[in-house]
Amino acid sequence: MASNKKYWQSVEELNENSSIVETLRNNEFVEEIPTDEFLGNEEAMSSSSTSRRDFLKYVGFSTAAASLAACEGPVIKSIPYVVQPEEIIPGVADYYATTIADGFDFANILIKTREGRPIKVENNRMSGSGISANARVYGSVLSLYDSMRLKQPMIASKPASWEEVDTRVKAGLAEAANGGQVVLLTNTMASPSTDKLIAEFGAKYPNFKHVVYDAVSSSEALDAYEAVYGERALANYDFSQADVIVAVGADFLGDWQGGGYDAGYANKRIPKQGKMSKHIQIEANLTLSGSNADKRIPLTVTQQKYALVHLYNAVTGSSVNAPAINEKYAAEVKKAAQQLKAAGSKGVVITGIDDVNAQLVVLAINAALQSEAFKPAEARYTRKGNAKEVAQLVNDMKAGNVSTLIMSGVNPVYTLPNGSDFAEALKKVKLSVAFSMKEDETASKATIAAAAPHYLESWGDVVITKGTYSIMQPTIRPLFKTRQLQDALLAWSGNSQSYYDYLKASSSAWFSGKSWNQLVHDGISVSETAPSSATAAAADFGGAASELAKAKTAGDFELVLYTKTGMGDGQQANNPWLQEFPDPITRVSWDNYVTVAKADAAKLGLENYNVANGGLNGSYATIEVNGVKLENVPVIIQPGQAIGTIGVALGYGREAAMKKEMQVGVNAYKLYANFNSLQGAKISKGNGDHEFACLQLQKTLMGRGDIIKETTLEIFNTKNASEWNEQPQVSLDHKEVAATSVDLWESFDRTVGHHFNLSIDLNACTGCGACVIACHAENNVPVVGKSEVRRSRDMHWLRIDRYYSSEDTFAGDVKLKENTSGLMDSIETFGAMEDPAENPQVAFQPVFCQHCNHAPCETVCPVAATSHGRQGQNHMAYNRCVGTRYCANNCPYKVRRFNWFLYNKNSEFDYHMNDDLGRMVLNPDVNVRSRGVMEKCSLCIQMTQATILNAKREGRPVAKDEFYTACSEACGSGALVFGDINNSEDTVTKLKEDDRMYHLLEHVGTQPNVFFQVKVRNT
Amino acid sequence: MKKVGNHTSFSRILIFCLALSLSFSLASYAQDTAAAGTEAETAASAGAGDPVKGKELFNSLCASCHKLDGKSTGPALRGVADKHDREWLYKWVHNSSELIKSGDPVAVKLFADNNNVTMTAFPQLSNQDIDNIMAYTSAPAPAPDVNTPGGKVVVQESGASNNLILGALVLVLIVLVVMLVLVNRTLRRVAAANGVEVAKQDSTISLWQAYARNQFLVLVTTILLILTGGYFLYGYLMQVGVDQGYEPIQPIHFSHKIHAGENGIDCKYCHSSARVSKTSGIPSLNVCMNCHKNISEFTGSKDSTYVEYSKEFYNGEIQKLYDAVGWDKSTQQYTGKTKPVKWVRIHNLPDFVYFNHSQHVSVAGVECQKCHGPVETFEVMKQHAPLTMGWCINCHRETNVKVEGNDYYKKIHDELAKKYGVQKLTAANMGGTECGKCHY
Repeated sequence: MASNKKYWQSVEELNENSSIVETLRNNEFVEEIPTDEFLGNEEAMSSSSTSRRDFLKYVGFSTAAASLAACEGPVIKSIPYVVQPEEIIPGVADYYATTIADGFDFANILIKTREGRPIKVENNRMSGSGISANARVYGSVLSLYDSMRLKQPMIASKPASWEEVDTRVKAGLAEAANGGQVVLLTNTMASPSTDKLIAEFGAKYPNFKHVVYDAVSSSEALDAYEAVYGERALANYDFSQADVIVAVGADFLGDWQGGGYDAGYANKRIPKQGKMSKHIQIEANLTLSGSNADKRIPLTVTQQKYALVHLYNAVTGSSVNAPAINEKYAAEVKKAAQQLKAAGSKGVVITGIDDVNAQLVVLAINAALQSEAFKPAEARYTRKGNAKEVAQLVNDMKAGNVSTLIMSGVNPVYTLPNGSDFAEALKKVKLSVAFSMKEDETASKATIAAAAPHYLESWGDVVITKGTYSIMQPTIRPLFKTRQLQDALLAWSGNSQSYYDYLKASSSAWFSGKSWNQLVHDGISVSETAPSSATAAAADFGGAASELAKAKTAGDFELVLYTKTGMGDGQQANNPWLQEFPDPITRVSWDNYVTVAKADAAKLGLENYNVANGGLNGSYATIEVNGVKLENVPVIIQPGQAIGTIGVALGYGREAAMKKEMQVGVNAYKLYANFNSLQGAKISKGNGDHEFACLQLQKTLMGRGDIIKETTLEIFNTKNASEWNEQPQVSLDHKEVAATSVDLWESFDRTVGHHFNLSIDLNACTGCGACVIACHAENNVPVVGKSEVRRSRDMHWLRIDRYYSSEDTFAGDVKLKENTSGLMDSIETFGAMEDPAENPQVAFQPVFCQHCNHAPCETVCPVAATSHGRQGQNHMAYNRCVGTRYCANNCPYKVRRFNWFLYNKNSEFDYHMNDDLGRMVLNPDVNVRSRGVMEKCSLCIQMTQATILNAKREGRPVAKDEFYTACSEACGSGALVFGDINNSEDTVTKLKEDDRMYHLLEHVGTQPNVFFQVKVRNT
Repeated sequence: MKKVGNHTSFSRILIFCLALSLSFSLASYAQDTAAAGTEAETAASAGAGDPVKGKELFNSLCASCHKLDGKSTGPALRGVADKHDREWLYKWVHNSSELIKSGDPVAVKLFADNNNVTMTAFPQLSNQDIDNIMAYTSAPAPAPDVNTPGGKVVVQESGASNNLILGALVLVLIVLVVMLVLVNRTLRRVAAANGVEVAKQDSTISLWQAYARNQFLVLVTTILLILTGGYFLYGYLMQVGVDQGYEPIQPIHFSHKIHAGENGIDCKYCHSSARVSKTSGIPSLNVCMNCHKNISEFTGSKDSTYVEYSKEFYNGEIQKLYDAVGWDKSTQQYTGKTKPVKWVRIHNLPDFVYFNHSQHVSVAGVECQKCHGPVETFEVMKQHAPLTMGWCINCHRETNVKVEGNDYYKKIHDELAKKYGVQKLTAANMGGTECGKCHY
């Protein structure tokens, strides 16, 4: 029987009068296929000498020729040195000690070079090097190979030679000698020889000024320290000396005062003899420090100021009147004050509030406590910028008083809130010179864009803290026609010396006990005499406190501007590693955004939601500060954000001299009025939604206490390990036995030779992510770009998972989960548990290949591309992999990464691996993977093999703790410890026996070689 | 993998057959063995000294700075006896600086002409010794090589008569064939004329048709063909990308046969980074110049077995080195103009393999020849081993680890030896066949 069914071909057919349906009834395509364009021209067709037959001949010939040509192997040329430098042996890495001082990041580091190319940053573990390298410092080596760098000096945007520049500048300076202002505007260099050089240079000009400008200012903290201790510097802190830390609006595990405090902090966070420090964080944005705190109190900045006054009253016994604190947290602030007072000299208070009074009050509290962690004598020189002088300079420029302006390491057109004013004022300056690595916003508007070298191509000296002296040495010949500021100043002041000679000659004034060669070799010299104690001048601390108590909220919302762990002040914005680095807190890469509390977001109608492919979307918002509007700022609803505050990261939204892919985010510097991180702001919902590249979809742990095991210090000290570090049990012959004792396989005997294990201490890990970038550099991990990350195709071998609690604590989550029963109850409870709490507990967990002894990935590989070594590493033979991805599906830890595309030499992925310069950073010992291949952490087998080979060659056993991986090397806080558990001396062997040791998903029975240490909170 | 080599030899057998058949038709080679005149004979009459003893002394004492012909650190010495008074020469050799100090005009000029380099004093030489040296230096220069410069020794064609004979034979054969055809045709014509019926062939089926009808035979043949085809195809495919025997022409003809073989220079003197690095390193040109600063020409005797090319050819190659490194032979100075040499890389492992020379050379003590073959006999460097994974693994399975005297292995060796119950451990026992040891 014939069917009367009508089959629909498209929705369009619903519309009876549709012209499309009518057309389709008669034609195959709706639109005419434009065949006439190439077939219609009869004349051209007939006059063409190429017939169809010829065409086929050509095709046949070229196919045959191509296949014939393919039979021949390529001829590879090798070009050795004509004269091989003595210190270079091809294939052997050289290390050079140097120091980074880019005005924002300061650290003593080692540079690994291969065949003369710097390829990786490592920590200088020589004693005295205080600040360990962070993610940006690890990434800085890639900025050396930035293809958008300025390759020669430019005069009025035209390439020029340095001789032309010299003539031009000397003429300009000669003119200025008659009385015009000569201003040198630099970032914080902390270089005594440069200061000396600048003084000598400036002495020739009657109206010379040296203005120091920090893009992200600490001007108030400097003012306060100067007022009390008489020097423009910052007080240093040693958190390993503190039992109680109260941080008020200071992200000291992030970039506060130049960072680098995590090592000392983590040292005191690992429970020893039942003791660890207590950390209370009072802040508005959720920061790294807040995430690691035992107690986090979310308060608006104004309320933080009141809290400081309360702390001041409690510690010094004064009674300055201060408004009451948000009643929800008032008791906790009071408790914090009591604990601080009880700790006495073992307590410390710090603040990052940009307010001189707040800074003075903190100095007063620490002095009153006689805090051992507070080291005013060891002044830090990592910030020196003077906000007032910068403002004055802009005014002078506008008035046309500045004749010559020389800039170095700064980009005011981008980083000043009134950047466009500065650009206008720049036109009134007769001669402006900008030393810059790139033709950035400022350099492109200056008369002369002077190509400056990267710090890895420069000489220099740095005093990071008083009593230390560090050397910056070049690790490669300048790649381009660049000249550093110091050399230029010498040339312009008629001194024929090179800066190297100048530095060498003058450096002996600042260090002693070492020869110059020894100093350059070590990279650092520490003076043997301890710095004399700083004498505090009397200051009106009471007055400061009462001034502080008068603080008022401005605007509807308090906008708190901050710097992200990956991007900092934005000078490395064209660095793809750092762009793809996920923010430790939000786990969003390739963006900045405004963080809003959930309650505020609901009021404003702002939302976040996930779309079908897993990507995160967020509303746009418009932020207005003092009439300055910032439109289309994407919104992230941030658990832990203090209600009434919003946060935006600085350093994004750069456009000049940037690859197109890298031009992401909005420029929040426009809102950074008066260099104050606190601004009164209005926020409203904008149009449309933003597509984020967020690496983590699941925000909470859903009460799974066996993923991140944690306990409190009290339980840890009083109860048996089996209670707070429960081992999973399974039923065997109707008896409960430890899950690890049941095994399908016969275990391989691993007692001989090396057996590598890696310990991750969740107490010491601050989530800073230095390991992530170090891993990128060591293992040639590709950058895949925003849209691929959004599709969850990120390639990070090492990820740091961040979890929020959905109750107030993770323990609360576990309890809630255990008390849930029945289907309806479960659905409701678990549904609710997906949402984090308003002020959640936060936990970080670095996860990478666990190198399971019984690896699920190995058994499912159809081609045996992944197999186990007896040293405990799970091997991955890329050349054998055919890309079935079974392994990734069978991995319970989700650590395997698939190369969906060819990421090198592919213009679709225009990052560093797509240009000759960027590829110079690749590690020659590690394969660059191709498309269709699975990859993952190898426990840096190239590094362990190199260590073994060194020992073999020297005919000795491997020394204690000699083994490193890139991540364990990068870990300044000592959370990641790598070693050989068959060597009883190694630190990791003891950690494996520790009561706190547990494996991730132990009940699965994978027997990983990576293990964690239970997180202990001092609540 | 060894068998694979046999598969490929099929083509080689073919080539061999072809070569064999050709060689019969070609003339045999005749080597030119014109002997060079010995210097000693001609020089014997030159002076009172003994040129043979003089040559010994010259080579041991003078040759580091002087050459017979051509300037080195010092001037050329051929015919020096005629330029100076013999007494003066004794004084000069015994202590030249004293002679210069005394203000002797000839000595001062000589000193100035040679960049003010003082000649080492030889007070130990007797006057007779000096006479001997002078006798040697007074020998006339040998006549230049008559061979064509730059090429192999010319092949002399002496097989014209052979070709002639062959040609004649071919001609005879053709005549025979033509005669046969003609005879056949005549016979047929005669038969037709006489009315004789030429017997037609029987209608029995031909061998081919019988074969085609026998399905079993066809099947067996097909299977055999497929199997043989598969065998050779497999062999062919397995050698794709295996460059065993790769012997490219290099920009500078460097003879390992002369350097490592005849001169006995240790491999690691030039390839020094093999001891400490993953790469053995193509020697940088400054390493060549350690010796070639003084050795500006080829001095090997022509009839030695190790010489395959003419003296001029080798001298030309040394000149190429000088051009590349920027060395001016006449002024004995570097010009600073360098032209880095683009060598053609022979041993080339894929990117996904990690190989470390120092592991094998320094730790395991493997001889270079084990992988690179008898390099000291190679006039032109070539790839000796197949460098396939099977080849690597085989060696790892068979080779014992050199544990003696290496403290690294002590503990591991004791434990492993106990575990496996053997005293000798192979690299595979130590985990040398695990994927991740070479692939990362």
